[in-house]
Amino acid sequence: MSNEWPLWEVFIRGQHGLSHRHVGSLHAPDAEMAIKNARDVYTRRNEGVSIWVVEARHIAATAPGEKGPLFEPSESKVYRHPTFFDIPEEVGHM
Amino acid sequence: MTRDEALFEFLLRLGDNTLILGHRVSEWCGHAPVLEEDIALANTALDLIGQTQMWLGLAAEVEGKGRDADKLAFLRDAWDFRNLLLVEMPNGDFGQTLMRQFLFDAWHSVLLGRLMTSSDERVAAIAAKASKEVTYHLERSADTVVGLGDGTEESHARMQAALDYLWPYVGEMFRSDPVDAEMVAAGIAPDPASLREEFDGIVSRVLTEATLEIPASSFGHKGGKDGSFHTEHLGHLLSTMQWLQRAYPGCEW
Repeated sequence: MSNEWPLWEVFIRGQHGLSHRHVGSLHAPDAEMAIKNARDVYTRRNEGVSIWVVEARHIAATAPGEKGPLFEPSESKVYRHPTFFDIPEEVGHM
Repeated sequence: MTRDEALFEFLLRLGDNTLILGHRVSEWCGHAPVLEEDIALANTALDLIGQTQMWLGLAAEVEGKGRDADKLAFLRDAWDFRNLLLVEMPNGDFGQTLMRQFLFDAWHSVLLGRLMTSSDERVAAIAAKASKEVTYHLERSADTVVGLGDGTEESHARMQAALDYLWPYVGEMFRSDPVDAEMVAAGIAPDPASLREEFDGIVSRVLTEATLEIPASSFGHKGGKDGSFHTEHLGHLLSTMQWLQRAYPGCEW
């Protein structure tokens, strides 16, 4: 497999003002070609105004096995959502 | 030859270049060495076919004989085609395809840049639209030529072989004839010879970076743009491309 091009993760900004979103991945020999390939693979239908690529090996990720200690404790802490304030009528929609 | 007759010929040359190269590049669809290149080549082919619709559409309008872009594309035979010999050359390996693309893109980008200031507004408008696509084509093909030329021993050898094979078809891009002279006189298009310096600048910069050597011979094939002497490859290409319209005349879907 060492002859394969490295894997790149592709992030596209759909419109000005929105943040870049992960749209998928592709193979490319270097960053420049990864951007070109991303242009051809992911922006054919006018999806983007900006492209980021990052080599997949540079992304550090949480392990699925750790999801208990990482994420479950917050499930029972509803008070972390700001839903317990009385909003005066005059304020209207926030 | 009236000015409109010359303009018709000139527009056929532009449209036939993009049609024939577009078809050639589309032959890679589903066969390219990696998925990303496959999609990129198909995009390039589609861009070229889109430009063909504009050039041949305008050609048909200028001709004024009731033909349209489809009739010009599918119902002419080899001797009526006006494309450069370079674009009808077979794909060969991936390197040869990309070398052909690079040589064409370099010339195409220079030509479209000049056509954007054409005295004919319709020509200028098509050139402006096509130019954005071709700028990208050139970036991509140049990068790939450098990547493969300055790559492994094998990829370098293949790219040098491709350059040696295709270089004799470069000269035709810069030859002038009475059609060109009429276009220059009307301010519609530049003299082909005047594109050479800028072309040489792009090509020598990229090929040097690709560690490839431009062949010393200045011998050049000709006969494509005036239709007098196409290669045997064009007829085979047309028989595939035009098969459906020939077998089922007027068929639409």
